[in-house]
Amino acid sequence: MPTKVPNAPESWYRTREGLGIWPHRGKVAAVGVGLSPTARRWDGRPETSVGAWSILALRKAMEDAGVSPDQVDGLVMAQDTATGSPWPPGKPVPEDFLTTFQPTDDPLDGLTRLSAEWILQNTPELTNVKFTMYGPGCMSNAIVVAAQAVGEGLTDTCLVLKGWHNLEGRYYVGQGAAAEDTIAGRAKWTTGWGTVACYPTAMHFEAYCRKYGVTRDMHAPFVVNSRKNGLLFPEGFYAQHRPEPLTVEDYLSARWIAKPASLLDNDLPICVSAAYLFTTPERARDMKQKPVYILNHASDRIKIRSVMPTLEETEECAASNARKLYEGAGITANDLSFEGMYDGFGQFHVFHLEGLGFRGVKRGDALHFFQTDISIEGWNPVSPSGGNIGSGRTRFWHHTDAIQQIQGRAGKRQIWRKAEVGVTGGPFPYGGNFTVWGATPG
Amino acid sequence: MPKQSPIPDELDRPFWAACNEGRLVIQHCTRCDRLQHPPEPTCAQCGSADNLEWRQVSGRGRIYSYAVMYDTPVTVLQADQPFNIVVITLEEDPGIQMLSHLPGTTVDQVPWGASVQVEFETTPNGQKVPEWRVVG
Repeated sequence: MPTKVPNAPESWYRTREGLGIWPHRGKVAAVGVGLSPTARRWDGRPETSVGAWSILALRKAMEDAGVSPDQVDGLVMAQDTATGSPWPPGKPVPEDFLTTFQPTDDPLDGLTRLSAEWILQNTPELTNVKFTMYGPGCMSNAIVVAAQAVGEGLTDTCLVLKGWHNLEGRYYVGQGAAAEDTIAGRAKWTTGWGTVACYPTAMHFEAYCRKYGVTRDMHAPFVVNSRKNGLLFPEGFYAQHRPEPLTVEDYLSARWIAKPASLLDNDLPICVSAAYLFTTPERARDMKQKPVYILNHASDRIKIRSVMPTLEETEECAASNARKLYEGAGITANDLSFEGMYDGFGQFHVFHLEGLGFRGVKRGDALHFFQTDISIEGWNPVSPSGGNIGSGRTRFWHHTDAIQQIQGRAGKRQIWRKAEVGVTGGPFPYGGNFTVWGATPG
Repeated sequence: MPKQSPIPDELDRPFWAACNEGRLVIQHCTRCDRLQHPPEPTCAQCGSADNLEWRQVSGRGRIYSYAVMYDTPVTVLQADQPFNIVVITLEEDPGIQMLSHLPGTTVDQVPWGASVQVEFETTPNGQKVPEWRVVG
């Protein structure tokens, strides 16, 4: 095992237009999927920690692909396991957690963060992992990094992992700098004014509604449809723990967080882990599941002009990202069977869809499009996974679903039309990592 | 409404010192003739650190967009919820933004695109911060 696991080099990310077809188009395949159970909060048991559930997800992904652990030679993952749920200062780490697992030099490893060292120490059957790398933040990033690593021949049977923890308490509220009487650093220009994470999106959406003459209630069908799809995801949080559909009335009456963003525009933090198995098309032939080919990946690195991205910067970034995705995959928007762009915050999806030009949707059109049939039974399936709205905060349901849709094993979520090409990614329409998936190598 | 008091640092000290004098200054690259805010060690356009100066601006601007905070993480602001957080753009360069609680304007009655004028509000540690009020 390497002594220090690096983040992916910036040169691996396809951040510019004009790069042409991705050199590894169709030469990387996703085969296996593994998901842990879900929970709203960690219950304090070692066996439900993010570390334990991540190991479980890895084992399920290998089993799903029909790969033995000694065949795996790569691991790409995100270290972060939440964005606003820190371990309480001074609170001791439970002794039974420390004795159940082999710790690293950080006692919170496996609880509120996750290193490759911790995973490999505690998954002893992974005896041949030679390549390890971080795709920081999200599964969307780890997927890009793993795709590039397999494409470049650095690993040929690679696990891709992302885990989430959630402790008692509220995200960010009254924590850390927010609890202080003073404010330092760059937060002076933003969060010091009281902004919450969804503020920029709420502010964009307000500007969007003004600019295009649309109203927030037109967003409701998307949220309702997403929860409906999420309830068809048996591994999702809502399907497992709160299997009630949402109604338009639920959406419109939800309490505000940052008006025009309400509680139901924000995703629910949960505990869960997911893993995928990536490999080469040659090796995939011997595996249990049909390969899903990666046709391209692209990333945004927007440089905003001032304090907040503007609506116009957001729209242009999303459009540029789509151009990069289509160019590198050698496809057009017309080739998309479905899309699984990020939705946590819900209004992100408006900008992602318009950027993609999904089903011809242009700027200002998305809320009108949501008034049409966007269900999995129709020709224009939007977010068939249900995303974070449908299954809780992970930023990976849409990736999982894309693999399963193209493999034809999305179960009750399987879209009616043939799933041949899909695009997924996130988080932001003004910054993130995105992937094009295909049923054939392109 | 009470705010967190900013603690100036090496980079932005001239901004906050000017606020205490009732002036609004913005970082300006003389090579690019371009304003930038928040302050940075170098010009975001040319990358130079040698051509940055502080330029006083008029203190006039416009409302770009807003949202109404009902669930802020910031403890000292929670008693005043809900409150407006408005994005202001400067008259000299609409690409330059500042946030504001828009004192004097009713919550969720923000006049879209309205002209605003800077004023300076004293925070608990004595540091003044730029705030904005609708004019005209």
